[in-house]
Amino acid sequence: MTAARLAWAVAVLALAALPLVLSLFQVVRLTVFMIFCLLALSLDLIWGFGGILSFGQAAFFGVGGYAYGVAGINTGVTALALVAGAVAAAVLAALLGYFTFYGRVGAMYFAVITLTVTLILHQVIGSTADPRYAIGAARLGGYNGMTNIPSLALELPGRPPLLLDPVPLFYAVAALLVAILAAGAALVRSRFGRVLAAIREDEQRTELLGYDVRWRKLVVFVLSGAVAGLAGGLFAGWGNFINPQVFSLSQSALVVIWVMVGGRGTLYGAIAGAFAVQFLTSYLGAASVTYTSVALGLILIVIVLLFPRGLLPGVLAVARLLLPRPSPALPEES
Amino acid sequence: MKRLLSALGLRAPAPPAQSSGGRFGRGAEPPSEEPPPSEHVLEARGVVKEFGGLRAVDHVDFALRRGELRCLIGPNGAGKSTFFHLLAGTLKPTAGSIRFKGADITSLLPFQIARAGVGIKFQVPRVYDRLTVAENLWLSANFRHGRAGSAAVVERVLAEIRFADRRATLAAHLAHGDRQWVEIGMVLAADPELILLDEPTAGMTRAEARRTAELVRDINRRASLIVVEHDMDFVRELGAAVTVLHRGAVLAEGSIDQIRDNDAVRDVYLGKRHARG
Repeated sequence: MTAARLAWAVAVLALAALPLVLSLFQVVRLTVFMIFCLLALSLDLIWGFGGILSFGQAAFFGVGGYAYGVAGINTGVTALALVAGAVAAAVLAALLGYFTFYGRVGAMYFAVITLTVTLILHQVIGSTADPRYAIGAARLGGYNGMTNIPSLALELPGRPPLLLDPVPLFYAVAALLVAILAAGAALVRSRFGRVLAAIREDEQRTELLGYDVRWRKLVVFVLSGAVAGLAGGLFAGWGNFINPQVFSLSQSALVVIWVMVGGRGTLYGAIAGAFAVQFLTSYLGAASVTYTSVALGLILIVIVLLFPRGLLPGVLAVARLLLPRPSPALPEES
Repeated sequence: MKRLLSALGLRAPAPPAQSSGGRFGRGAEPPSEEPPPSEHVLEARGVVKEFGGLRAVDHVDFALRRGELRCLIGPNGAGKSTFFHLLAGTLKPTAGSIRFKGADITSLLPFQIARAGVGIKFQVPRVYDRLTVAENLWLSANFRHGRAGSAAVVERVLAEIRFADRRATLAAHLAHGDRQWVEIGMVLAADPELILLDEPTAGMTRAEARRTAELVRDINRRASLIVVEHDMDFVRELGAAVTVLHRGAVLAEGSIDQIRDNDAVRDVYLGKRHARG
């Protein structure tokens, strides 16, 4: 327990020190990686802990991004826009989850439905190029995307908004990531989290103990949607831009790949996976490998074959073999 | 108990061809002559379950008095497990009604039936493999007893099923018979009023089965029970009334001796077994 706390403290300190040693370009890139980590985290909540595979995290991410754009452009208050992003995604998740969980849709159909919703959004938002498709001052812009999205700023009443430069933005995103990771870990350890684990293990058994599994699945799905929407809002504020590409098939699959590579059901694994895959992608791109996606695909296949449970659990298992005594810092088997 | 058995008309059931309709017969008039519902903890009337063309449960009428212990026997495929699933709500009957403590539970969802006070142990033990024995029990206790009461209930049940020394063992590492006990413990931790046990002694040694019979009799002091069992020695040890299912219908009801002397039952089920017992 103390060792786990120590690991947390070291990680947070390292994160805090990073902008001091990295170039501005690296800081900006790391910021977007952390935004993707949040997105991966949102999937691990629903998939790793709820046991429900959702292909719709990209949809919540995109809806969150567009909601941030619309609210940000119209109100100019980015903190409000960020909340709007999370809420919009949560509402979409609530609608989708209500009809699927209360309608007792099977797990496989759920995955397909969430993917379909994402692809429908891709189509719908893509066909809004005409200027009349605007919400207030915010033009949706079709496949060209929504531009002029305001950067994240610190708005204090009675003062001009303080625009977050790359380094403060890095810290803001890092703080959000750490806070949500801690909240997620607390949720998993809570009574609710333990019942959720039981639902994942054997849904019918849990129901026969008297638990209504439907609203519990709905709650975790809505939370997961809200986190993805928050990540989408941060993403739109980070790049001042969003386009329907966030709803694409490859983006939907990427989220699942992050969590699969990192190892699901640990929260940390999702973060490691998103980081590793995104770093690899940008490294391969920079190293001018001709077929980036082919090389990436091969590496992913090797990782999944070597560590079927994911990178993080795999690395920990190897570490356990190499160390004479199991370290107490290793997370519990979940 | 004797009074009840005779009240239920246990003597000499009709031959199987006619008994398939149960006591009220197929599509019979509403059974208004039944005793008031408060006497029965469970009442199933004209329950039918069809899977495609197959009728797994065929117009079963079944009544369990408050505090009663009843064994449900029958050859493989007689519909015992399906009947249990209907009682627990995990399957919905094609026709008929099920009442628990006088209230109609036919259309309730499984978790609602569980909340009303019905606990079930499945034929194949369904425990959470990746959780410890104590965590398995906690999950069941937590629902009924909340944050404050659960710990004490877990301790009580651990003692009752004699697992106090194995509280931290992962359920996945337990032998089949032990898993049965853990699942029985899970049922107990919820303090249900009606307990359904589907083959509680499967995979147990003779001595373990005897202990289970002891436990079941003990549980019966505070709850009504229906036990599905193949092991006739176990049924005899329980000393309970027996309902025989055959091809989805009630073939006979009575004490174990009455059942043993019933020619129709002997033909379809007991035959060779009863000769040695």
